[in-house]
Amino acid sequence: MTVHSTSPQFKQNAARALKDGQLQKALGNVKQGFIDKRRMAADKLPEFESLRDSARDIKNHTLEHLDLYLEAYEEKVQASGGHVHFARDAQEARDIILAICREAGAKTVTKGKSMISEEIEINRHLEANGIRPVETDLGEYIIQLRGELPSHIIAPAVHLNATQVEQDFRRVHTHLDAKRDLSEPVQLLTEARAVLRERFLAADVGITGANFLVAETGTSIIVTNEGNGDLTQILPKTHIVLASIEKIVPTLEDASQLLRVLARSATGQEISVYTTFSTGPRRSADADGPENYHVVLIDNGRSSMLGTSFEEMLRCIRCGACMNHCPVYHAVGGHAYGWVYPGPMGAVLTPSLIGVDQAGHLPNASTFCGRCESVCPVRIPLPKLMRHWREREFERHLTPATVRSGLRFWGFFAKRPALYRLATRAAMATLGFMGRQRGRFTWLPLAKGWTKYRDFPAPQGETFQARWQRERKGRAA
Amino acid sequence: MSARDDIFANIRRSLGVNGSETIRRQIVEDRLERAPKGVIPKRGQVSGEERLALFKTMVETSLATVTEVSSPAEVPQAIALFLRNHNLPATLRMGEDLRLKAMPWSDTSLEITYGPSEGRDLNAVSHAFGGIAESGTLALVSGPENPSTLNFLPDNHIIVVSAKDIASDYESVWNRVRFAYGKGSMPRTVNWITGPSRSGDIEQTLLLGAHGPRRLHVVVVCD
Repeated sequence: MTVHSTSPQFKQNAARALKDGQLQKALGNVKQGFIDKRRMAADKLPEFESLRDSARDIKNHTLEHLDLYLEAYEEKVQASGGHVHFARDAQEARDIILAICREAGAKTVTKGKSMISEEIEINRHLEANGIRPVETDLGEYIIQLRGELPSHIIAPAVHLNATQVEQDFRRVHTHLDAKRDLSEPVQLLTEARAVLRERFLAADVGITGANFLVAETGTSIIVTNEGNGDLTQILPKTHIVLASIEKIVPTLEDASQLLRVLARSATGQEISVYTTFSTGPRRSADADGPENYHVVLIDNGRSSMLGTSFEEMLRCIRCGACMNHCPVYHAVGGHAYGWVYPGPMGAVLTPSLIGVDQAGHLPNASTFCGRCESVCPVRIPLPKLMRHWREREFERHLTPATVRSGLRFWGFFAKRPALYRLATRAAMATLGFMGRQRGRFTWLPLAKGWTKYRDFPAPQGETFQARWQRERKGRAA
Repeated sequence: MSARDDIFANIRRSLGVNGSETIRRQIVEDRLERAPKGVIPKRGQVSGEERLALFKTMVETSLATVTEVSSPAEVPQAIALFLRNHNLPATLRMGEDLRLKAMPWSDTSLEITYGPSEGRDLNAVSHAFGGIAESGTLALVSGPENPSTLNFLPDNHIIVVSAKDIASDYESVWNRVRFAYGKGSMPRTVNWITGPSRSGDIEQTLLLGAHGPRRLHVVVVCD
């Protein structure tokens, strides 16, 4: 399978991103907005931390019994008149979706936001076969016009500024008055609403993702704030749900637990505006709704993650909190990661799905500050999992020679404590002396890559070990 | 081997199981049967006036508006007033809901049409299945009574909810759904709606009226 990824060029991508003025300006919105909103939402709910435990436990329980819950789910979907399809990989998923679209005689397909649909590159495949896919989430619509991947899993166009969106709308919406005013974001929204309303009403098939699938009832759940996912699924004759196999939860109660942490972690809302529970096609008395309901369950590497240390990653509910709190994401944005999933969750998931040989840079792009884990609603130990990838990369000799020799050099000293103490003491004393006036270095030999974008704080002249011993002695005395 | 069989085989190989273990099957059946609730926030666990007050506060927090009437007979006037106050045309579309149909619409000058929306209606009214005080959410079920298109296509959506149907939490609403549709069964669609449509996709600025209704107005019937 060909995967279109620039993850192997992460370093070049990151260097370009750091010099991109528009991107850097747009990334300021991530740092400001998301963090405060999440904290306020969490503070307003005294049970938030215990809900996170509950969310983690539900996901763990489901993964341990995934085969049985999938069976139960499949049975319920069929009982409600829907169809379930299984796809081992992206190609199988694309074939299934295309066949359903062809059977429906589809010319236009509207789409709700779905990360798995990006993973299987369904838009490219539909276009190649003469079917027009139309993204309907405002952010997804904007990046589709630009031919880009989402740069964030819940805010796909977060890398853009309003002026860039205006340019795209003028370029594409040529049937509208060229002199119209688009200086305010609300005017952009209104224009997109009008353009997409026509598409919603004309679509033959609607494709959505699923935030959760409920085994108890055979229900698929989507959450949106715009209502685009609902118009995507209730207007066309055929509704296709795309979901990876780990989206299953046992019951409506379990889904409700997870929904309580999802929006709070993502946007800081109590709950998203629209949470929609869909079960099968329209019923005989119904006046609206799709006549056909298909679910495509996609594995694409997940089943092999079960039973490994990366199983914990399958708890992910795609809220985006980890990237919202990540200093690396704040600095380089989502596109630098080179594939569908950016930020800390992408740094762990991408090597699992496309290989550590392709995506080995991503788990290395971390300061291990731990903020991602501290905000993850299902408590995925993201730094630990990134460290596991680094170990695997090292074991498979994928780590570059300079890094390996650097580690070997450090290893030589680390195995000889007396020598290590002597060497670090000498180095820290020298650096402390040299940097004593400014308190930082703007340039250091062998560390240009660091000092090019930020200053290196000057050590105080004493090593940690020396200070530890001194203070311990002081306390004992 | 079919994709389905292959995926199940791989899951079972990874988990080190064969799928026929009685204990695992028992655990899964038991969970599906009992549906344990988990952690329920205390916030919503109030009753009577207090619950209604919380519901209204949360509805307003979600940027919807809310009004209270003391009987179903007052609903048409309340909706007419809402439309007039926002300079909206005196038209209204609704489904076949008997509770709505029984209301005295002829007391108003509203022009009423019936059926799902095809995208040309400015105003629609739906009757909620229930409300959730914890978050100010309205729960609606699909069907000829309240077609789902009315929840999303019109610019202005009005939802009528009986005060007695306002529950503390989501879980209480699920219990009522099970009672109405049978355990393990669902209507085609259950919509939880919390406020009017919005998007933050342009520079993370909150804008109302993305694809769904620009306004959401809730009428609580306390009788």
